Amino acid sequence: MSGPSLMDSLFQRSLEDLIKGLRQQLIGEQAFISKSLEEIRNEIKSTDLSTKSTALLKVSYLSNLHFHDMSFAAFPALEVLSSPRFSHKKIAYHAISLSFHDSTPVLLLITNHLRKDLNSTNEFVVRLSLQCLSRIANVDLARDLTPELFTLLSSNKLYVRKRAIDVVLRVFEKYPDSVRVCFKCLVENLENSDPQILSAVVGVFSELVCKDPRSYLPLAPEFYKILVDSKSNWVSIKVLKIFSKLAPLEPSLSEYESSVRFAVGKVREFLVDEDPNLKYLGLQALRIVAEKHLWAVSENKEVVIKSLSDADPNIKIELLRLVMAMILGSILSTCSRNLYEIIVDFDWYVSLLGEMSRIPHCQMGDEIENQLIDIGLRVKDVRPELVRIARDLLIDPALLGNSFLHGVLSAATWASGEYVDFSRNPLELMEALLQPRTSLLPSSIRAIYIQSAFKVLVFCLHTCFMRGESIAPSASLDNLPAGVSAYASYESFDDFSVENGADATVVHGQTHEAMMWKYKRAQNLLGFVDLTKPEVLNSSIQEKKDSEGKGVETSKIIKLMHYAFSKELGSVSLSAQVNVSVPYGLMLKENLSDLEMICGDIEPSSSNSFSFGNPNEEKDGLSFSSLQINEDSEQPHESTSLLAVHRKRHGLYYLPSGKSEIISNDYPPANDPTKTDHSKPRPVVLKLDEVNEKPVAMKQPDPRDNSLLGAVRDVLFGSEDIPPTSSQSNLSNSSKRKGKEKQHTDPRVESKESAVGDGNSSSRRRKTIVKVKREDIEVQGRKMTRKEKTLFRKKKGTVVVGINHDKEPRSL
Amino acid sequence: MIKAVMVMNTQGKTRLAKFYEYLPVEKQQELIRGIFAVLCSRAENVSNFIDAESIFGPDSRLVYKHFATLYFVFVFDSSENELAVLDLIQVFVETLDKCFQNVCELDIVFNYSKVHTILDEMIFGGQVVETSSSEIMKAVEEISKLEAASNAITLIPKSASGWRSR
Repeated sequence: MSGPSLMDSLFQRSLEDLIKGLRQQLIGEQAFISKSLEEIRNEIKSTDLSTKSTALLKVSYLSNLHFHDMSFAAFPALEVLSSPRFSHKKIAYHAISLSFHDSTPVLLLITNHLRKDLNSTNEFVVRLSLQCLSRIANVDLARDLTPELFTLLSSNKLYVRKRAIDVVLRVFEKYPDSVRVCFKCLVENLENSDPQILSAVVGVFSELVCKDPRSYLPLAPEFYKILVDSKSNWVSIKVLKIFSKLAPLEPSLSEYESSVRFAVGKVREFLVDEDPNLKYLGLQALRIVAEKHLWAVSENKEVVIKSLSDADPNIKIELLRLVMAMILGSILSTCSRNLYEIIVDFDWYVSLLGEMSRIPHCQMGDEIENQLIDIGLRVKDVRPELVRIARDLLIDPALLGNSFLHGVLSAATWASGEYVDFSRNPLELMEALLQPRTSLLPSSIRAIYIQSAFKVLVFCLHTCFMRGESIAPSASLDNLPAGVSAYASYESFDDFSVENGADATVVHGQTHEAMMWKYKRAQNLLGFVDLTKPEVLNSSIQEKKDSEGKGVETSKIIKLMHYAFSKELGSVSLSAQVNVSVPYGLMLKENLSDLEMICGDIEPSSSNSFSFGNPNEEKDGLSFSSLQINEDSEQPHESTSLLAVHRKRHGLYYLPSGKSEIISNDYPPANDPTKTDHSKPRPVVLKLDEVNEKPVAMKQPDPRDNSLLGAVRDVLFGSEDIPPTSSQSNLSNSSKRKGKEKQHTDPRVESKESAVGDGNSSSRRRKTIVKVKREDIEVQGRKMTRKEKTLFRKKKGTVVVGINHDKEPRSL
Repeated sequence: MIKAVMVMNTQGKTRLAKFYEYLPVEKQQELIRGIFAVLCSRAENVSNFIDAESIFGPDSRLVYKHFATLYFVFVFDSSENELAVLDLIQVFVETLDKCFQNVCELDIVFNYSKVHTILDEMIFGGQVVETSSSEIMKAVEEISKLEAASNAITLIPKSASGWRSR
C-alpha cells in the first residue's frame, strides 16, 4: 500500500501547485481547470486519506473561487472527516461547509461525526464542528444535536461557549423546539460578567428580537442593565438595536422626547462633517426621524439642501427620499387639520390621496389610510369618487406586493365594500378582490378583502333579484361562487394547518388571531354562497318556474343580508364612555382581580391570546398586565375589536373596566365639537360626535336571529350602556333620548343591585345598568318591529335590562 | 447577521468569498459579478456604503473598502451597524497584515486555507465573535501548530518506507 500511495502523493499536485499552475495559464485556463478536475476525481477515490484530503482541498478551492460544482466530493468529504488527524478534519469541514445543503443526500450521515466532534476535548475541533453545524444545520441535525449543544452552552472554555451561543441562533431557526432546552441557558448567560460572552449573547438576542419582538419583552430589564454597565461599543450598539425593536411594544420604554432631541443634535454634527460616510448615515437617520418629527428636518433644512449638490449618489438618493417624505407628510397633515377645513373640492383631494399612495417609497401609508376612511365616513357626497379611486387601487396587481400600501389597500377595500352601491361595475370589483395575488397580503387584510367581497356579492345578488330578471350575467356569477369557495377555503385551510405546525414562533409574522378571523370570514362567505348558489344557478335555467318555495326563501336571505349591510354604522367617539354617567351606587373596578376570583378555574381557549384593550391606546392608568400573559405578536387593530365582540357573543366576558374597549381603531375618533358651518357647494363633513352609536366593530349582526333573545342580546352587547341609535338622521333625537335615560336610571338601580348582589356573580354584573322605555328601544339600528314590540309589551311596565348570563331580560 | 464576505481585485477576480447563507455556486458567481459592477463605478471619495437590495434581496446592506488593488466587501442585514462593520473590515485587514507581514494580494492568493481560518476566527455563523486582532492571531497560530503537528506524523512512516523501498 505504501508504494502506490507514495507515488501518488509524490505526484499529486498540492493546492499550491494548482494555484501556481492556474496563474501561469493565461490562455486555456478552462482547459487547465478541467484537467485538474479530472485528476482530482481520480485522486479523491484513492484509499489514502492524505491524498483524498489534498484532493478535497483543491476541489474546495476550485469551487469557491472558480465556481465549480463539487457535489461529487460529498461522500469523500465524509470519509476524510472520519480521520483522526486535525488537518484532515479541518479540510473536510471546510469542504462540507462550502458544499453541503439541505438536499445533499449524504447529509444524514454526518450526524454521528458531528456528535463525536462536538464532544471532543480539543476546543479547536469543537469549534470546527460548531462552525460546520452553523452553516449546514437543518431540522434533523438541529434536533439530534441539541443535547450536545446544550452541554456546550455551559462549557468552561470561553472559546467554545461563545461559539456555541452563536450556533444556537441558527439551530433555533431551524428547529424551534430546541428553544425549550436551550433558552434558559441562554438567558443565564445574559448575566455572565465576561464581556465576550455577553457580546455573543446580546448579538444572538438582537437577531431573535428582530424576528419576534414580543416574546423577548420580559427580558427588557436585563438588557437595560447591560446597556448601563457595558463598556464595549459593540455591545451597546446591539442592545440599543434590541431596544429599538422592543420600544414600540412597551410604552413605558419610550419616554424619548429628550433623547430624540439629543439624537437630532448628533445627526446635525454628522451632516456637517466632511466624511461622506457620516453624511450619508446622518441623512438616513434624519429620514427615519422625519417620519414622526418633522421639526427635526426643518431645523436642519439648510444643511440638507447643501448636501443636494454632493457628488455621492447615495447621498442624493437619501436626500430625495427625505424631501419627498417631508412634502407628503406636510400635505397630509395640513389638509386633515380641523376636519379638512381647507378643502373645498373633496373629489380632487381623494384622487390626490390615491395618487400619493402610488408613489414609490411612499411611507405615509397609514396616514393615507386613516384619511381615506375618515373622509368616507364623514363626507357623503364624495363616496362615488372614493369608490372609483378605491377600484383603481384594487385592480392594480402591482400594488399588492408593496408592503407599505397594505394599509391603504385595506382602506380601499373597506370603502368599496361599504359603498358598493356607488360602484359602476361591481363584478369587476369582485374579481379584483379575489385575484390570486392577494395571497401576498397579511391575513388581517385579507380578512377585510373577504368581507368586502361578501358585501359586493350580496349587493349584486340583491340587485339582480330586485330587477326580477333571470340573472343575465349569470355566467360570471356562477363562476364567482366557485372561485370564492376555491380561493377562500384553500387559503384558509392552508394557513390554518401551517399555523398548527409552528409552536412558539409566529407563522409568517401573522397572528393566530388574524388568521382565525380570516378563516371565520371565509366560512361566513362560503356558507352564504352555498345557501344561495343552487338557487342562483337554478333560476338562470328554469326562470323561477317551480322552485317558488326555495326561490322565495333565498331571496329573503339575500334581502336580509343586503339590509344588514346597507345600514350605515358610524364610529364611536373616544369620549363616548365618559359621556355616560355612572349610575348611582355602581362601582367599577379598575383591574380584573374579581374576575380572577370567579373564573380562575376556567380554561381559556388555548390558541387565542387575550388582550385587555389595545396596547397602543394608553388610557387612565390601566395596568399593562399583559406581560404576565403569554402573547403572540401584536394583533391587528380591527381583529382585536372584532374578537372582543365575538367573545361576548359566545359568553366569554371581559369587563372593560372603565374604558371603552370596543372602539375599532380603523376609524379615527370623531373630534370634539367645534362646529363648522358648511355652505352649500362644499359637501357636508359630519361630526359624528354626540351620536352614541353601535360601534362599527359590529359590522355583521346576525340577521337570521330574529328572536327576541337575539335582539335583546344584540342591544346589550352592542353597547353596554345606551341602546344604539340609527345613524346620522337621528342627530337631533339622540340628545333628547340621553336625557330620558338618565332620569330613569337613578331610582331603580339600587334595588337592582341588591337583588343581584351576592358574592360571586356581583362583579360580573356590576356593569352599567340602564333602563329604557320600551318604545325607545332601537334594535340594530331600526325601530322595533311590531313582533318585538308585542313581546315586550307582555312584560309589565318598563324593562330593566341588566347584563347577565341568564340571557333573559329581567323585569321588575 | 453578516451575510457574506468577499475580497476581489480591481479586475474582478475573486480572491476570497464566503457566504453565510447557502447559495448554489452559480448564484454566488452572479452576485459577485453584480457587486463588482457596482464597485468599479464608484468614485474615490464617496461613502463606503451601498444599498445591496437589488443584488442580495431585501434588508441587505453592503460596506466596502478599497485597499491598493483589492476591494474588501462585507454584506450584512439591518441587525448590524454600518460603522461597526467598517471597523470590522479594518480589523480583518490588520490581522492579515500581522499574519503575513505587509500583506499583499499574492499572499491572499497563495494562502487560501489560512485566510479562511483567519476569517473564521473573526466571524462565526454570521455573527461577529472576535474583534481584537491579537486574539485572532493567537488562535490562528494555535491552529496552524495543530495542523503542522498532525501533518508531521505522516512524514516519518512515508519517508521510512520510501527509504526502505529504495
